[in-house]
Amino acid sequence: MSDTPLLEFRNINTHYGAVHILKDVNLAIYPGEMVCLLGGNASGKSTTLKTLLGMVTPTSGEVVLDGEVVNDKPTSYRVERGITMVPENRRLFKRLSVLENLQLGAYLRDDKDGIANDLERIYSMFPRVKERLSQRAGTLSGGEQQMVAMGRALMASPRVLLMDEPSMGLAPALVQTNFELIQQIHEEGIAIFMVEQNANMALSIADRGWVLQTGRVVLDDTADALLQNPDLRKSYLGEATSH
Amino acid sequence: MTAVTPGAATATELELVQKGAFDFDWNEAIRKGAIVALTLAFIALSGMPVGLDDRSLIEPILSMGYVALLWVPFVLGWLSGNETVLEGMAATKRGLRDVVRGDVIGFVGGLGLSLLVILLNAFDLRDPLVNWSPQLIELLQFDRGQGFGIVAWPIIGGVLGAAGAGLHLVSPRLRKAILSAVITVLLVAIFETFIVDVIDFLDDLLYEKQGGLKLVAAIVIAVVAFIASYAGAGRAVGQVRSNYHQATGAAKKSQTITFIAIAAIALIVTPMITGKITQELLANIGIFLLLALGLNIVVGLAGILDLGYVAFFAVGGYTTAVLTSPNRGEDWPEWFPIMPWWGALLVTIVVAALVGLFIGAPVIRMRGDYLAIVTLGFGEIIRILFLSDWLNGYFNGAQGITNVPAADFGFAQVKGTDPRSVFYLVLVFAVISIYVSWRLERSRLGRAWMAIREDESVAEAMGINTVNMKLMAFVVGAVLASFSGAIFAAKVGSIFPTSFLILVSIIILVVVIVGGMGNIIGVIVGAAVLIGVLGGPKQPGLLAEFSEYKLLIYGALLVVMMLQRPEGLVPNARRSRELHQDEFLQDAWLKGEVDTDDDDEPGTEVQGALA
Repeated sequence: MSDTPLLEFRNINTHYGAVHILKDVNLAIYPGEMVCLLGGNASGKSTTLKTLLGMVTPTSGEVVLDGEVVNDKPTSYRVERGITMVPENRRLFKRLSVLENLQLGAYLRDDKDGIANDLERIYSMFPRVKERLSQRAGTLSGGEQQMVAMGRALMASPRVLLMDEPSMGLAPALVQTNFELIQQIHEEGIAIFMVEQNANMALSIADRGWVLQTGRVVLDDTADALLQNPDLRKSYLGEATSH
Repeated sequence: MTAVTPGAATATELELVQKGAFDFDWNEAIRKGAIVALTLAFIALSGMPVGLDDRSLIEPILSMGYVALLWVPFVLGWLSGNETVLEGMAATKRGLRDVVRGDVIGFVGGLGLSLLVILLNAFDLRDPLVNWSPQLIELLQFDRGQGFGIVAWPIIGGVLGAAGAGLHLVSPRLRKAILSAVITVLLVAIFETFIVDVIDFLDDLLYEKQGGLKLVAAIVIAVVAFIASYAGAGRAVGQVRSNYHQATGAAKKSQTITFIAIAAIALIVTPMITGKITQELLANIGIFLLLALGLNIVVGLAGILDLGYVAFFAVGGYTTAVLTSPNRGEDWPEWFPIMPWWGALLVTIVVAALVGLFIGAPVIRMRGDYLAIVTLGFGEIIRILFLSDWLNGYFNGAQGITNVPAADFGFAQVKGTDPRSVFYLVLVFAVISIYVSWRLERSRLGRAWMAIREDESVAEAMGINTVNMKLMAFVVGAVLASFSGAIFAAKVGSIFPTSFLILVSIIILVVVIVGGMGNIIGVIVGAAVLIGVLGGPKQPGLLAEFSEYKLLIYGALLVVMMLQRPEGLVPNARRSRELHQDEFLQDAWLKGEVDTDDDDEPGTEVQGALA
């Protein structure tokens, strides 16, 4: 783990109109690590991702990418520097073919060889995807769609992958497979920033985690420590109060 | 049409269920008959039959007015026989049953007109219904008194309904031959002015002096068409097509080039040999094709529903007029130049692009319906600005700008009195526009548009600058429309605010939708069919007689297309996939290729993958 964070929030505040969403949030993601952000509904998880990606502009504070303040840089700039998101519910371009989906993932790149290499890499990671290249993404099963969504994100050749609720909308049996996929990507050296409601599963594979509550970071610790944290167990891990 | 051709019997027919002649869903047949009745009454009261009665098709037996009514029971009779045959379900054997059902539908429909005849005679409702006229009564009674009309319509309806349904009974080959005979006669009769304009000597040969096919000529044409179709003329065309579709690589390329060459030669030669009417028609088609190609980029490629597209047409027209006409408003400063057309064109392109940016910038951040409504507003605002007193000194308000000179190219002059020259000019720009559209669709920009059309938020997250890309679509569309406006100004010689009504936007949109959104060939076909046959907002088409009912037909066509063929006449392959997504999914599911259910066990998915 290097000393400069890949991605950093410094005292970020965001507003939607007059509503204060994120309140003095500080985050740091280092290269190659896997971190997760936990939180209930309306705690500001999605806003955090959108702010990281530049789709929401913070009212104060700094978004720092590789030591550079990128507050006023557009999404395309950040994607080019290596941040990519796998959106909530996968959101494939359903009517386009699987291949077209993957190609659009590499939209900002112009290194033809690199793109071809990455395609091959994705085929070897997800052989099922290769079988379905000409099929429309919307006709794939949930698990396959998840693979294409991740493949599409990987085509941008990211250094950090933002995942918005990766297990949402997936059958219980697929959730496990899905987390295995995430780990597989992580092993390639890509940092993962995961927003999850499934705290147990997320913390079991992550290095560190934060807990967000009504826009404030209330807990910030290693994954193991969080798993042991009695408050967290009570509110997120579905454990009944036992004393 | 009583017996099934023996040769048509195949192995599958053994499984067909035989049903009695009266064993069908009577409720449904009567309901469809009621639809026929309502349609007939509506058409009758729209004034179409009376308005078109003077136009004789086959002298003296058939006028266009009657055709406007008679097709309804025939088509509905045919449609009633269409059955969805589900795989694995027993289908019903075709037979007398179909004919009886068609007969019932037509009969009930005819009863509707009988009722209308009675009502027409009993009440005078001319006040609310302008077409509730004595002429309509006479027409519906065949000039032979009330009793005759009342009796005749159910019989005619029944016969036509039965005939339509009966088409299901004959072999496909015979059916095609019958239909091509009927359709050819109707087309030759309907397009009389056009045909005479192209081939002069046919006038005396085929048509009566007062218009309409000679009865003998009609019979000869029907027989020739029947024999040609039966002998397989259609299949020869089909063969060429399937050859083309199967060809690959170099063979396909050479065939494509051949087709394009033939089309190019045809387009260049046609206006030389035809009369003024056809040249005018081709010029109008071209002007609207240019507009449609531009709108196709905005709507078809980028997915931005722009309902105010006419604004850019107007800007193109007015800019050219102001820069070329000595009759432009008095408030233009002295130094403001008057230049030749091609010089004005360059300025027009720049102005249109700027106006595109100017209008686009505020509205483009909106999405979907909101954007459509706002563009609708802008389209009107531009027209009203040109009309306004405030800018009267510049654009002459309702008087418009007259005396727009011909476009002078040294070797040729393009002006309205010489529609052929207009056509050639339009052709040049159409080729440019088609090439630009074609290149753009396959470019990086085209891919960005595709992503935006599919899912704007995700496109943004992929790093596509959605605002700029959409703005680009807007600007490209504006420039293509301004070409059209510039040519329009030179052609018409004067520019008025009334040339740029909202109707123009709507009609161009219909051209794009009916032709096939996102497909250049589709847009060309759409423009040729709609503008060529029905006519533009103010320009007559081949069916000049229908100009009064043009909007009615446009509307009906749009509804039918949306129901039956939402991908357009010549669909974009992807668009077609999109619109029939559910059917594709269902088919794939039936074949076991996909499992659409996310909650399935992983095991079933593996099965799916293996299939």
